Amino acid sequence: MNTTVMKDRSQERQKRMLADYFKRLAVSRENGWKNVYTFVPGNLTELILSFDLLPVLPEINALQSGMRKKSGAFIQEAEKAGHSEDVCAYVKSDLGMLRGGNIGPTGEPLPSPDLLLLSYTGCFTFMKWFEILREETGAPTLMLHVPFQGEGRVTREMRDYVIRQLKTEVIPALEKLSGKAYDESRLAEMLARSRAMEDDLVHVLESAKRKPSPIDGYFAAVYYIGPIFSAFRGTEDAQHYYRELREEVDARIAQGIGPMTPDGPMPPEKFRLVVEGPPAWTHFNELWRMFHAEGAVIVASTYTKVGGVYDDGFRHDPSDPLGTLADYCLGCYTNRSMQDRVNMIARYVKDYDADGFMINSVKSCNSFSAGQLLILREVERLTGRPGGFFESDLVDPRYFSAANIKNRVESYLQMLDQRRTGGASA
Amino acid sequence: MEAPVITAPAPVAPIVERCEALLNDLTFETVRQWKENHPGKKAIGWLPVWAPRELILAAGMLPVGVMGASDRLEIVKGDAYYQSYICHLPRSVLELGLNGSLDVLDGVLFPSTCDVIRNLSGMWRILFPQKYVRYVDVPQNPAMSLGGRFFAEDLRAIAAELGEVSGTPVTHESLRAAFAVCNANRRAVHDLYALRVAKPWCVPSAELYLLVRAGALLPVEEHTALIREYMQLAEASAAKPMDMARVTVRGCFCEQPPLDLIRTIERSGCWIMDDDWLIAWRWFKEDLPLEGDPFENMARVFVTDSPACPTMHLAHGVKGAALKAEIKNTGSEGVLFMAPSFCDPALLDQPMIQAAIEKAGIPWSALLYAENTGQFQVIREQAGTFADALKLS
Ligand code: SF4
Ligand code: SF4
Repeated sequence: MNTTVMKDRSQERQKRMLADYFKRLAVSRENGWKNVYTFVPGNLTELILSFDLLPVLPEINALQSGMRKKSGAFIQEAEKAGHSEDVCAYVKSDLGMLRGGNIGPTGEPLPSPDLLLLSYTGCFTFMKWFEILREETGAPTLMLHVPFQGEGRVTREMRDYVIRQLKTEVIPALEKLSGKAYDESRLAEMLARSRAMEDDLVHVLESAKRKPSPIDGYFAAVYYIGPIFSAFRGTEDAQHYYRELREEVDARIAQGIGPMTPDGPMPPEKFRLVVEGPPAWTHFNELWRMFHAEGAVIVASTYTKVGGVYDDGFRHDPSDPLGTLADYCLGCYTNRSMQDRVNMIARYVKDYDADGFMINSVKSCNSFSAGQLLILREVERLTGRPGGFFESDLVDPRYFSAANIKNRVESYLQMLDQRRTGGASA
Repeated sequence: MEAPVITAPAPVAPIVERCEALLNDLTFETVRQWKENHPGKKAIGWLPVWAPRELILAAGMLPVGVMGASDRLEIVKGDAYYQSYICHLPRSVLELGLNGSLDVLDGVLFPSTCDVIRNLSGMWRILFPQKYVRYVDVPQNPAMSLGGRFFAEDLRAIAAELGEVSGTPVTHESLRAAFAVCNANRRAVHDLYALRVAKPWCVPSAELYLLVRAGALLPVEEHTALIREYMQLAEASAAKPMDMARVTVRGCFCEQPPLDLIRTIERSGCWIMDDDWLIAWRWFKEDLPLEGDPFENMARVFVTDSPACPTMHLAHGVKGAALKAEIKNTGSEGVLFMAPSFCDPALLDQPMIQAAIEKAGIPWSALLYAENTGQFQVIREQAGTFADALKLS
């Protein structure tokens, strides 16, 4: 197995961007730079950056803690302090990290929040998470209520409500914190860059429609969405990143190369799958290996749409900065109705010509998980392709049972194989 | 301290029995009968924690609270839709839907209580496509010009839809009339709670629970009359004052505690002076105004007068302060946190409130339940120990 994997230019860039970012955060206090904590779904990165404020994404910190095997101890710390075993482990990982001195994923200190911008988009836990951080740190919360698409659509009233909140509460709060006036032309410039990188990201994700797929649309794609879902949307660096990534993927297509995994190039593509649900960060490579070792490539996933759905045509529109931010927030994956989610997965199965789909149901997340068993049935009914199901958690290692999951994945792939053979001989 | 078993004083017994029969009406026969007696009329269900039942009433329909099925329903189909780490309420609600009990409803309102109920609204739409389903996104931004305005607009839209379902359009007049009916109902429930604070031995909490819960199935005016009748009899009852620990219960605002859990707590020596179960029936303290635009009024009262419920985003310090005020007003000596297992709103909120009351030197104890919990021995011991500690302090 080839374990020395050459890093692509885009990967190197992303690594540098992250290192610089955490460095900036580490020295932000002494430089008088202010920060805004916020969430990935419904993040207002361009707006925050347009005030020269630093966005901090606690979900990203939590998942990084998971990947670095630190979340288990953080979670136990939070549970010792009275937080329930039953609730989202992201919150507890973040809280444990905070109580342990708020040392971030790179080993450098993170600043405590100056403002908790509670972009309440698609997840109830967000609200309590920032209330908890408010209690812990004394920082104020600022609510941006993004109505849920319960009826499967965005109404004019929903959109207006978000825009009004942006105008009358969010922007004044950011002006006050930064001491700078709102500069719409600067925001529009960033949104134009976001638009360009969204084009490139969609090109990359949709490359998985090819056979064989040049990318893994879940395990590898979580790296691809990193910059655009976090602190970098609208920045020049991120724009370069997505252009480089696009060129690299195009080069792979030209050479007929499949996805690269942490263990080296993927074996020949045998199964094409769609995945619903977040990854288990604590065992990320191990989980990926269960698929790639069997020749199973993930061609599309819903998790790569939590911080923005771009493959249905939405792009940030610089000519309507606040309206487009509202549309963006309202359209994030977990802010969509159950029927929309079913339709999206079914569409992926068909458009990417997948053999089937698997659901990773994570204990932490009611937003994702409540209703997934119905999603399973509905997508099977709509596509006629079989679904598989396994359970784990995002960052709580106690809920990752490797043997069980491996068993589930293998049995599922065997079943696909048998169907195929049966189908061929029929 | 082991308290004597509390039995219903004789005069209220028939009312309590009637309410218990309503609690046990898992086929919604009461609603079926109401529809038979009101040919052509429809019934709309609503889930915890709060929904605008005034709008249902104003459209000439029966509001029906769908509060789960306690431990009296075997879950056969509902479990097939939920992983083990999701609370019990949606399982029993789904079971009631899939076994046909809820066929009698012509639609259901799903409030934005949490992501489980939110997602259940989408599941309902898929599973029961012929029924009216509405997600009610209550405003988390409390500014009247923001959340209030959005909510007033949404209430207008919901009213129009309900009018279409019933065939009776909601007018300002019919909505004001519904406000008056629900105002009277809320006042009755508040008065019942006040009577329990004044004389807990006259209003055992299991009875209070049954009385309020009857409002899930009864027409609102009938429910109000029943509470008033009970209060008259209870006030005049010969029940003797008993010295027990006085506790406030928090955490059971959505999935309901089994009746025997409430009885167990009292039997272990605690008077429950305040609680947050069935909170919709006391959601507002003030009356909904009967003048002016009723949609604006309802939205305004919602953003200014909703309780400090964990399902809402509250300004800094409000939730601890609200609980401390309730504790003082009701003469409670401690707080018993009773949350359903896997309940995000209750369990995420709990450590923050605990910290706030701890600072004020108020003792607390915490336990978990599910609506179908059937064993109470451990809880009895825990509540008994807590009661003893409160009496000694
Ligand atoms: S509940 Fe789900 S969406 Fe919400 S913070 Fe946790 S993992 Fe994220
Ligand atoms: S019990 Fe809690 S988690 Fe379950 S539906 Fe109710 S509020 Fe949601």
